[in-house]
Amino acid sequence: MASGIAGFRHSVEATIPALRRYARALTHDADIADDLVQDTLVRALRSESLFHGGDIRAWLYTILTNLNRNRLRGLARRPALVPITDDDAADMTGPQAGQRDIGRALDSLVEEQRAALLLVVLEGLTYREVADVQGVPIGTVMSRLARARAQIKAHLDGERPTLRRVK
Amino acid sequence: MTNPDLPVTEDELHAYVDGELPADRQNAVAAWLLAHPEDAARVAGWRTQADAMRARYAHVADEPLPARFRTDALLQGRPIGRRVAAIAVAATVAAFLAGGVAGWMARGANAAPTGLDLFTSEALSAHRLYVVEVRHPVEVAANEQAHMVQWLSKRLGYSQHVPNLETIGLKLIGGRLLPGPNGAAALYMYEGPTGERFTIYSTRARSPQTALRFKRGDRNAAYYWVDNQAAFVVSGPADRSRLKTVAEAVYEQVDQATRG
Repeated sequence: MASGIAGFRHSVEATIPALRRYARALTHDADIADDLVQDTLVRALRSESLFHGGDIRAWLYTILTNLNRNRLRGLARRPALVPITDDDAADMTGPQAGQRDIGRALDSLVEEQRAALLLVVLEGLTYREVADVQGVPIGTVMSRLARARAQIKAHLDGERPTLRRVK
Repeated sequence: MTNPDLPVTEDELHAYVDGELPADRQNAVAAWLLAHPEDAARVAGWRTQADAMRARYAHVADEPLPARFRTDALLQGRPIGRRVAAIAVAATVAAFLAGGVAGWMARGANAAPTGLDLFTSEALSAHRLYVVEVRHPVEVAANEQAHMVQWLSKRLGYSQHVPNLETIGLKLIGGRLLPGPNGAAALYMYEGPTGERFTIYSTRARSPQTALRFKRGDRNAAYYWVDNQAAFVVSGPADRSRLKTVAEAVYEQVDQATRG
């Protein structure tokens, strides 16, 4: 629990590495992810006088999740005119190379399922916290998790035979 | 109260994997999995997925933080000017009063500039189209700058400030009027010593302000932001550090001019 402005800022700063991790997994694009984090932080810092306590971390995840949803809505209205390079390709070397599939599998999820799964699995939020972040009942969070896990399994199971045929 | 003898549900299997299962159901689920190998396989599969996600993304949190995430840099509010920050605070306060804490969080984020990607795309298209022009890159040349500023200010509906970028080696070629997503847009073109060209695209924006963002196209890239309800997109060759220098110089001059 933060006390005063210094405590608030300290709590916000301490959350930045986790926000970047979440944003990277959510968008699969390093530039877009960091832009989302920056917008989230600017909003949070500017609104500190309105923060009346509670979990700063969950609040930051909420802002970032909403900003990403808005970004996707904007893109849906106007399909990508500008090709965006996948900067994550730089991450695809060395020990991470084997995890390329999971990134694609996450991309195949609808946004709210991807967010729910990442918040639980990668960020360690409780179901209750995810329900608050997404503004839905816990039951909805659980069905999003179940659908996300089934879809990832289907995606990974489906990809392997295709790769085998190419060889 | 949960009964340890109740059959196990799918929700409980997820809760088991996620550490959300009540203590008095742990034994029941563990026993169920021993007796139901197909459910045990599903649970093992979910754990493998989770391990793969963590292995794939955990390292991001250990990367050194870029300077733009320092609190003082964020609070300086580049590219947000003082007056614009006041508008943002007013909007946040209004949202807060309207909907309570959960409401204002959602509304604050929903006020995000979804049009940003749109006019950045327009700006990059215009950049690509006109920088390759040899004879007619602009409508009004730099030697008629005063006339150009007057004309474009009138057409766009807000004061145009054409930055002087000669200290960073860029000479103004001129400008042109373009159709934009929210009405008229202006495109100003600059040229460097080796012929590289940069453009500044400006048009009216509905959102009050945003942070500085970066977008990369095929060979070009752009920094873009909204300040005082005007959108700016600085496009150029995809050398990010050079482009950032140009974008910052543009931002500072426009910001000075708007405040002054």
